[in-house]
Amino acid sequence: MTEKKWPETWQEVNPGCMVFRPGSALEYHTGSWRAKRPIWDNAKCIKCGVCYIFCPEGCITEDADGYFVANFDYCKGCGICAHECWPKAIVMVNEED
Amino acid sequence: MGKRVGMEVAIASAEAAALCRFEVAAVYPITPQSHVAEHLSDIVNDGRVDASFMTVESEHSALSAAVGSSATGARTVTATSSQGLLFMSEVLPIASAMRLPIVMIIANRAVSGPINIWNDHSDIMPMRDTGWISLFAENGQEVVDMTIQAFRIGEDRRVMLPVNVNMDGFQLTHMVEPINMPDQEEVDRFLPPYVPYATLHPDRVVSMGTLGMPEIYAEAQKSKDVAIVNSIHVIREVWKEWEAQFGRKYEPIQSYRTEDAEIALVTMGSMGETAEVGVDELRKQGVKAGLLKIRLWRPFPFDELKKAVKGIKVLAVTDRACSFGGPGGPVFSEIRSALYDVPKRPKIVNYIIGLGGRDVQVEDFTAMVLRAAKGKLSEPYEFYGVRG
Amino acid sequence: MMNTAMKNPKNMIENFELYAPKLVSKEEFFSPGHRACQGCGEALAIRLMLKALGKDTVITNATGCMEVISSLYPTTAWNVPWIHVAFPNSASVGSGVEAGLAALRRKGKIADRRVKSVAIGGDGGTMDIGFQALSGAMERGHDMLYVCFDNEAYMNTGIQRSSGTPFLASTTTAPAGKKIPGNQVWKKNLAEIMVAHNVPYVATACQSYPIDFMNKVKKARKLKGPSYIHCFVTCPTGWRSPSETCIQLGRLALETGIFPLYEVEDGKYRMTVEVPEKRRPVQDYLKGQGRFRHLTPDQIQTIQERVDIEWETLMIKVRNSKSKEELRAPRAK
Repeated sequence: MTEKKWPETWQEVNPGCMVFRPGSALEYHTGSWRAKRPIWDNAKCIKCGVCYIFCPEGCITEDADGYFVANFDYCKGCGICAHECWPKAIVMVNEED
Repeated sequence: MGKRVGMEVAIASAEAAALCRFEVAAVYPITPQSHVAEHLSDIVNDGRVDASFMTVESEHSALSAAVGSSATGARTVTATSSQGLLFMSEVLPIASAMRLPIVMIIANRAVSGPINIWNDHSDIMPMRDTGWISLFAENGQEVVDMTIQAFRIGEDRRVMLPVNVNMDGFQLTHMVEPINMPDQEEVDRFLPPYVPYATLHPDRVVSMGTLGMPEIYAEAQKSKDVAIVNSIHVIREVWKEWEAQFGRKYEPIQSYRTEDAEIALVTMGSMGETAEVGVDELRKQGVKAGLLKIRLWRPFPFDELKKAVKGIKVLAVTDRACSFGGPGGPVFSEIRSALYDVPKRPKIVNYIIGLGGRDVQVEDFTAMVLRAAKGKLSEPYEFYGVRG
Repeated sequence: MMNTAMKNPKNMIENFELYAPKLVSKEEFFSPGHRACQGCGEALAIRLMLKALGKDTVITNATGCMEVISSLYPTTAWNVPWIHVAFPNSASVGSGVEAGLAALRRKGKIADRRVKSVAIGGDGGTMDIGFQALSGAMERGHDMLYVCFDNEAYMNTGIQRSSGTPFLASTTTAPAGKKIPGNQVWKKNLAEIMVAHNVPYVATACQSYPIDFMNKVKKARKLKGPSYIHCFVTCPTGWRSPSETCIQLGRLALETGIFPLYEVEDGKYRMTVEVPEKRRPVQDYLKGQGRFRHLTPDQIQTIQERVDIEWETLMIKVRNSKSKEELRAPRAK
């Protein structure tokens, strides 16, 4: 199936503007919205998964060692993970730094 | 082979839907459509069709539920009139944009202000911009035939559009007419099972009803317009198939005694039959009268119209609805606009008649034609038969 | 602000709630890249709800924030079948989806496994413009779950007042003005209205209690019939609160008794998250939100009294309610 270029022609628009590519929102990188980013200090992390559960973007994943890391293509820097982290292992730092 | 029955037309329309093996019916009652709703529920509750009948709580919910059901791939039918159609009107353009082949049976009834439950076309006319295919039936047989055709046309992969079948409230719905009711086997041959383009099911994940930003909305609308404009080819094809299988002919515009007509009436709906008698009377008087009966309203039958008016000098278009403060009744405005560029076109005049169930009789049709022939109409349109 | 489970650090192993997130399915059905605001409680709630529902779900979404931010053609954040039609009809479209799926499964036209119809909407699309459709769908007994994401105003159109807006909250159509200080009536209790509809399973939930919410969604999914979950979600944009306090505010809403978490099964009320015996003062919850910053001490006291009364009303139901099953039993003898 050939990739359609955006913006599409009227002939290319899917009937009913249906979208057959589930999860294609991933094409849009909301990470550009960020003013601050979360930084994990794995020394303090107790691997509870609270940051993972409370991320509205669902962009925090567990790595092979059980620690957590945000996908900065999507992280909006809302600060929920840092705020909820019980051992305060996550710190929000300015993007410019 | 079919069976000749005497049946109330509203009941017959539900029977036609049953022959089409509908899978979900979501209907809210409103006079004069109620018998359609009631009979559909009889059919379901007697197990004559394996379907669900949803006793929705409003017309808006009726069409909304129909959209949800059709989106899963179930063959869906609904019905309404007048205020109900206006109430669900928000969903009409959505149903056509989403390319869902819902069939809606409309018992045309006057729109309120003042409230009036009797027949005219003021309910369907405001909906002509919504992208639904619109068929107008003249008698009970046509109601049955068009209901079955509607599923076939709408579900065609080249069309994928909702269709409404219009029958005059009370004038048709509550009349017992002789109808050749097709056999189940005949209808099964004509109407294959519905194979949807896309369905709401986890086996093929789709998002329907997405947000269309300005960059894409216009393209989406053009796509929908092309779909309904092109559907006329499928409609003509389906009607040929119907004629071959059932022996009854359908055309977008049916002409009566227009071969040598100088002045012709245009009608839509049940009054066409009365107009025919009027034309016969005029012919007896030596007037070269004819009649055009519009069956297909949307997509607008441009080609058929241009052919049908050839040689006619005066076209008296009757409208059972008024576009207040506009350039005339809806049918008149569209015909005039469609013929504007035709070099040899008739003089086109407009009568607004039969509002709110007002009976239009043979004498009215003859009087209208004679008045039009004398060039006596007030521009641009005239209310016929209004006292004062 | 820590929840009660985190108060005792020495009992880390025993703090099940702290570690429960690790037991949650890792599959994501709501992809990143959606355009929700930073710290959106509703987006989080959707993500959690979908984890609990799994892939055999069809979502019907009313017009609102979630629909708009997730489905910009030609992309979608949804990894389950999804349909949006209009604003007032999420429940009616969802009931049509349920009827269609049931008919097709019965006739063998689709796979013979259960696909649940779940309709969702905001407080606007559920409690106000969508109220009729919700009432009809629930009353007709469809096998459908309805989840209302209540952030207490019409957020997508610009934070206008809804019937879910709490007393004295400032919204753009009932603003805290010089003469009239915000919303002048109390919040409509839609969970109670659903109980009155004899919906077999009614629950309140909040994104700040994810395991509780997901358990309720799972329970509702299993049930064959209508079910309703009223999910309280934080809107930092509309509430004028910092994005990072999203979870904390939901927790405070529970700990003050403003939004208790309970379920009503077959008419029997049961609290599902414990609230401390001595509830926190409402001031703790109100002070973190700009929409309440105009409140005077007297007004806060009025709110406190009302919250106390509503809490007590709920407790009476929790103590005395009986399920229809329990009430039926004596007659069987």
